[in-house]
Amino acid sequence: MPTAKDFRLPDVGEGLTEADILQWTVSPGDTVEVNQIIVEIETAKAAVELPSPYAGIVSVLHAAEGDTLPVGAPLITIDVDEPTGGGEPLPVPETAEVAHPPEPPSGPRSAAGDEDGRTALLVGYGPRADGPARRRAARPAAPTVPATSSAPVGKAEAPSVPDAPRPSAKPPVRKLAKDLGVDLWAVVPTGPHGTVSREDVHRAAAPPAGPAVDVHPRNTASGSRGETRIPVRGVRKHMAAAMVLSAFTAPHVTEFVTVDISETMRLRELVRARREFAGIRISPMLFVAKALLHALRRTPELNSQWDEARQEIVLKHYVNLGIAAATDRGLVVPNIKDADLLSLSELGAAIAGLAKTAREGRTEPRDLTGGTVTLTNVGVFGVDTGTPILNPGEAAILAVGAVRRTPWVVQDQRGERIEPRWTTQLALSFDHRLADGQQGSRLLADIADMLREPGLAML
Amino acid sequence: MPRTPRTSAKAKDRSSPIQLLTPEGEIVRDNKLPFDPLSADLPALYRDMVMTRRLDTEAIALQRQGELGLWPSLFGQEAAQVGAARALLPNDMVFPTYREHGVAWCRGLDPASLLGLFRGTTLGGWDPADANFNLYTLVIGAQTLHGVGYAMGIVRDLARDLLDTSKGGTGELPAVLVFLGDGALSEGETNEAFIWATTQSLPVVFFCQNNQWAISAPYSVQSTVPVAQRAAGFGLPGVRVDGNDVLACLAATRRALRKARTGGGPTLIEAFTYRRNAHTTADDASRYRESAEEKEWAGKDPIARLHAHLTATGAVEPAFFDEVEAEAKDFAEGLRSRCRALPEPDASLPFEHTYAEMTPELHRQLAHHRAHLASLQETAEHAGDRA
Repeated sequence: MPTAKDFRLPDVGEGLTEADILQWTVSPGDTVEVNQIIVEIETAKAAVELPSPYAGIVSVLHAAEGDTLPVGAPLITIDVDEPTGGGEPLPVPETAEVAHPPEPPSGPRSAAGDEDGRTALLVGYGPRADGPARRRAARPAAPTVPATSSAPVGKAEAPSVPDAPRPSAKPPVRKLAKDLGVDLWAVVPTGPHGTVSREDVHRAAAPPAGPAVDVHPRNTASGSRGETRIPVRGVRKHMAAAMVLSAFTAPHVTEFVTVDISETMRLRELVRARREFAGIRISPMLFVAKALLHALRRTPELNSQWDEARQEIVLKHYVNLGIAAATDRGLVVPNIKDADLLSLSELGAAIAGLAKTAREGRTEPRDLTGGTVTLTNVGVFGVDTGTPILNPGEAAILAVGAVRRTPWVVQDQRGERIEPRWTTQLALSFDHRLADGQQGSRLLADIADMLREPGLAML
Repeated sequence: MPRTPRTSAKAKDRSSPIQLLTPEGEIVRDNKLPFDPLSADLPALYRDMVMTRRLDTEAIALQRQGELGLWPSLFGQEAAQVGAARALLPNDMVFPTYREHGVAWCRGLDPASLLGLFRGTTLGGWDPADANFNLYTLVIGAQTLHGVGYAMGIVRDLARDLLDTSKGGTGELPAVLVFLGDGALSEGETNEAFIWATTQSLPVVFFCQNNQWAISAPYSVQSTVPVAQRAAGFGLPGVRVDGNDVLACLAATRRALRKARTGGGPTLIEAFTYRRNAHTTADDASRYRESAEEKEWAGKDPIARLHAHLTATGAVEPAFFDEVEAEAKDFAEGLRSRCRALPEPDASLPFEHTYAEMTPELHRQLAHHRAHLASLQETAEHAGDRA
């Protein structure tokens, strides 16, 4: 006679409290073996495959892909045929039952096999007894849940982020935060290596400037329609920290130019037709990348790094070209090592490969570090330009806008007239500590010149 | 007729690890480490490695199913551990880290007892004297000093009687085999242990599995020279072997243990290998190292090369491999049931195990603790009534 066995979500990583369901590899009705992989989950530490503790037939999946489950919650129910129970727990001696330490009433139970009457062990290291319930409350609320109107407004009300790594701060700073009632999760860290400094805590503790905050939010129409709270974690958390660090340490200057790239578009058609470029995506951005690499030779100041600790400017004799890539998990900027040594076809293949790997979430750690300059294509979103924020540790970032047919003033022997031309806008942000307007402008003008007249690259 | 082993091309390079069994499964000779292949039971070594790996994969599955809190995987290091362990004599004493599951297997320790520490049912799991295998040591490098202290004890208790053959001694002491990882080399204890062992010429062998990753720190941030080369600075001999070559590990450890037993002093062996899994089940190695590196080491698998050798030489019947596989499967199923049946500890154990005999104060504390547990039980029952 089959018995229904629950497999509860275990703590797979020493003190985790919850996990996201990434992908099921079984469906109800499937036959599973012991140790067959049934699901992939993602915790704050890693993506992990879980093997089935039972052999039998899957009857219920208790969570959908994308759901977050607390540790100890039922994950899957498997109908197990057990005349004598092959892989089942052996009966536990009576003495063990007597000697058993009491279990907290709401504590998570063993991931498997607690239905034979014995009180089971905690799952792994297990969270505190109040863990799952509290965490559940902190999970993103459905959009239909009305916002609480009685939420206190003040320094301690910032939402805590359940699964993000603990903010880094020295013990005395932690003590200070505790004394002042400041939630470290809510503090923007500006200390070295992204740590929360004493000043950060004081700043967070200070009452907000300006008119006093209304502590009784009005029940406006928009207020009654609710809010969604999304925990900041993973790639987004990393991106956010990098952008804050960059925006508040590097003085940004952004310059713009609109350029007629009709000649580059013609060159693109020529290149496309050549055999060595077969199978490589030849986008306008590839030529922008090549022009940027060329232009950096004349203005190497913008391929450099500010070393605050040693008060030195580090000029890089190589160019690792970062390509900003939008992925399902957020923005990542993998870079192409020694991009300045690559031919146009090699560069095209490298950009395509990098973007594909990033979208699949398989970017290697080494590809995310060591970048020296970045290119971002905002044109793919249909916009003309933006003011890009530097990738931390880099001197320049170039944004390419949409390539459009635009009325353009053309001048030749016959005089001036307006023609439809291919144009785009370029925006270059640079770190004003490392370069001034002269170098930034020269780099941007050189790039624009080469795109307007690609033959100049031969110079 | 046995072929004359060719000399390994790599053997000419002084810094490259000594290899006696190539990744292709060919036995080669190296003058720096003489070895008679007939002195090793190759099928038995193969079985040891397969069973060790099965123990490891089953424990990982048990962790993923919530039956263990943590598991440090030895995947990829089977040859280093089995080779070293099979060089031991029963009287020798082993001081492991927390990853020496293959050594424990070879010492005859009940494999289920390894799981208790990681299930949280015990702080130890076995009597070190039963198999001359000390408890797992979680503190990095601490076991090096424990092993050196034990070796000092051997010298003080036994050396006079055993080393003097004219008075009926065997001329040999028991030796101590201390395991350590590359991360332990940066610990003060390890350096102290090397110094003590060398200056007192103690019967101890340090076996360092350089798996190249101290959690997320690569070996290159710890040292710019190979592990074995660092031995010279302490005045003990260092030998570097291919840690994925079970024969090289066996040969090097045998030679070093023999030297230690006869009063020749310590040796540092570096088994150059690779931790193919993450540091533990709570770690994600893809955050700090390349998948290409992992693929490269998958091609140097220690079990595959002995399999290739046994197949090519016809040393075993093809059925042998199936038998070992079937044995491993049975073993894993048994391990799974026995893991779940591990007895849960009584609350009194920490009090009882603090001293050989409990003091009156500890008796009082235990009584207090039991009363506290009973009150929690009541609370739980009341909560149950309400529900």
